[in-house]
Amino acid sequence: MTFAVGDRVRVADRAHAGHHRTPGYVKGRRGRIERVHGSFTNPETRAYGSDGLPEVVLYQVAFELEPARTYVDVFEHWLEEAR
Amino acid sequence: MSDHDHDHPHDPVAGDDGPAATRVRALEELLIEKGVVAREDVRRNIDWLVSRSPGDGARLVARAWVDPEFKERLLADARIAALELGLDPGPSPVVVAVENTALVHHIVVCTLCSCYPRALLGPPPAWYKSLPYRSRAVSDPRGVLEEFGVELGDDVELRVLDSTADIRYLVIPRRPEGTASLDEDELAALVTRDSMIGVAEPLAPASAAA
Repeated sequence: MTFAVGDRVRVADRAHAGHHRTPGYVKGRRGRIERVHGSFTNPETRAYGSDGLPEVVLYQVAFELEPARTYVDVFEHWLEEAR
Repeated sequence: MSDHDHDHPHDPVAGDDGPAATRVRALEELLIEKGVVAREDVRRNIDWLVSRSPGDGARLVARAWVDPEFKERLLADARIAALELGLDPGPSPVVVAVENTALVHHIVVCTLCSCYPRALLGPPPAWYKSLPYRSRAVSDPRGVLEEFGVELGDDVELRVLDSTADIRYLVIPRRPEGTASLDEDELAALVTRDSMIGVAEPLAPASAAA
């Protein structure tokens, strides 16, 4: 699933044993794609000696949190379509 | 000191102590022993890091304040804008600049560790890496700003940028009042590290006078 700016998304609410870059406070939360940063090597495999390929698309996602709108960079495999 | 071989273990010359430093030294020795990194690479990277300073970021901001077209290029692609001024934007493939205005204020954090635009701002301050900042920048950003001396009006939209991955963020703070007659170098002297993280305003012109 590839997303475009403005798309509504939800961050997967799943545990992940090992290094990953999705902060817990946005897991399960809905947000909106703000920017498409491009493709980057996957930190979840790169952390364990791999080359991190294939690259994964990284998005900036805006979350309407209390107390402030917060923008978090989230990799595509953590995002689901939301209505 | 300088004329003996380093083929035997001994305490480092510069004695950082504490458990974290001990752990880092042990990791470094292991990584070198296993051929993952060379000692020379470690030294070169540390040299590069400590050679960086917020002066480079300040030059970008000052140019953006005096040149609206440059500001647009900085907002579009901060890496290319940095290269345009002959600055090293660092190894991060994407550097994003965001602009503080009368209506919007940005503050940058890395909640997971200490991601920071080191090439343009130098090493991050200790508080930036601290757990209280990393958690409260998201849970209580206005409170954090107040502690840094920034009081935002209720009409100002506060945006928190959590640099969780490969992107590095740089805040373009608001140009202070009373700086119309200052040249670019004088303006750059007003741009502090903290103002480019978004936790402070730039210096007022009088307080920057040497």
